[in-house]
Amino acid sequence: MRAVIAICLLAVIVPVLAISLAEIPFGAQGAATPEKPWIHYISQGAEETGAANIVTSVVVTYRGFDTLGEVTVLFIAAIGLGAVLFSRQQRKGEKLEGASLILQTGCRFLFPLILLFGAYVFIHGHLTPGGGFQGGVIVASGFLLAYLGCADINARKRWLNATESLAGAAFVIAGLIGLALGGDFLMNFLPKGTFNRLFSAGLIPLVYAAIGFKVGAELAGIVANLLEKPE
Amino acid sequence: MSALYENSYYIASVGLIAVGLYVMVVKKNLIKVLIGLSLFETGINLLFIAVGYLAGGTAPIFSTHSLLPGRMVDPVPQAVVLTAIVIGVAVLALALSLTIRLYEHYGTLNLRKVRDLKW
Amino acid sequence: MLDTLREIAQLGLVALLLVGAVCACMFKDLLNAVIAAAFVSLIATVLFFLLHAPDVAMAEASIGAAITTAIFVIAIKKTTRSEEE
Repeated sequence: MRAVIAICLLAVIVPVLAISLAEIPFGAQGAATPEKPWIHYISQGAEETGAANIVTSVVVTYRGFDTLGEVTVLFIAAIGLGAVLFSRQQRKGEKLEGASLILQTGCRFLFPLILLFGAYVFIHGHLTPGGGFQGGVIVASGFLLAYLGCADINARKRWLNATESLAGAAFVIAGLIGLALGGDFLMNFLPKGTFNRLFSAGLIPLVYAAIGFKVGAELAGIVANLLEKPE
Repeated sequence: MSALYENSYYIASVGLIAVGLYVMVVKKNLIKVLIGLSLFETGINLLFIAVGYLAGGTAPIFSTHSLLPGRMVDPVPQAVVLTAIVIGVAVLALALSLTIRLYEHYGTLNLRKVRDLKW
Repeated sequence: MLDTLREIAQLGLVALLLVGAVCACMFKDLLNAVIAAAFVSLIATVLFFLLHAPDVAMAEASIGAAITTAIFVIAIKKTTRSEEE
């Protein structure tokens, strides 16, 4: 019975999608008239923001408010997960099977290297492919490795929550400073600098570093919350 | 054959959307439904990026200053899909925490049986 | 020669994607289904790279392969492992 409903639903949705996709030839992008926003972002984005990575300048500067909304959604999900899995009893870390000696030594060696790589990705977000979200998730996967491999490097949840809250507040305060100085929320008020250098593109590396810290601490806290077990 | 090759990205994304929707409607286990949701979101993100592609284009990054901006791929769908991927994992984390709580309370993850158990 | 190689690679990747998605639908053991979903994520990463979107490819690789699979496996460990009840 359910399968019949599913087949009918798909028989409606898939032809509609196919017919509407037939109007968009693959690889043509429609007509490139100068009013389209992406023409403006590509041709003037590098001079206006100073960032070499145009996707970064779109995410942080041109569409910065959407990024603020996304950071808020992540924050709400982390709070919701902590609230649902909360229990009055004393909780401690799940007693996983002890890892072997090779695994423990390897994890202890790899953990700072993964953190360094994640920090590299979110600091150079405006020059190379990457950015705050990608670097933050790499940092969180380093923490996941530490939770599974060597049990003695586990960050206290209080530090993780403090980092996450401070980084999120830093992003909002940067936007409010832009509002106070120039009149636009999340305006880029720092000097642009020379192109393709590390200290360029104004506010973008600072905002992306704050987002990287926030996402990394948040996802590590989510994994820590999921791994706990009530006594 | 050439039409198949030209629209292969569209076929991949519509196929993923169809499989994800089927799993979400038909399957009974809650974790299977969430796997279907994850497949569905991957299909939608692939569709977005495939629409913004320019034949013979290149990635929208100025690796040297003198790169001509004439033939670059559309950067706006990439920014939007970046946001969508992160929101997808946030929704999945919250849904899995609710699943764990549901299992602790009812003892089963079968959606038909959970609906019959009243309070 | 290079053109047909690229054609074959692209069609092969799309076929692997659809096979992986159907396998994720059909496996009864939930851990196997999660591994199939991670495989679909990996093929989607390569397809994003072929569409000249390196930022999105990095995000999909790290989030889809690492974080999503990890939280699914932790949730399966705390609940049932097989689908039938």
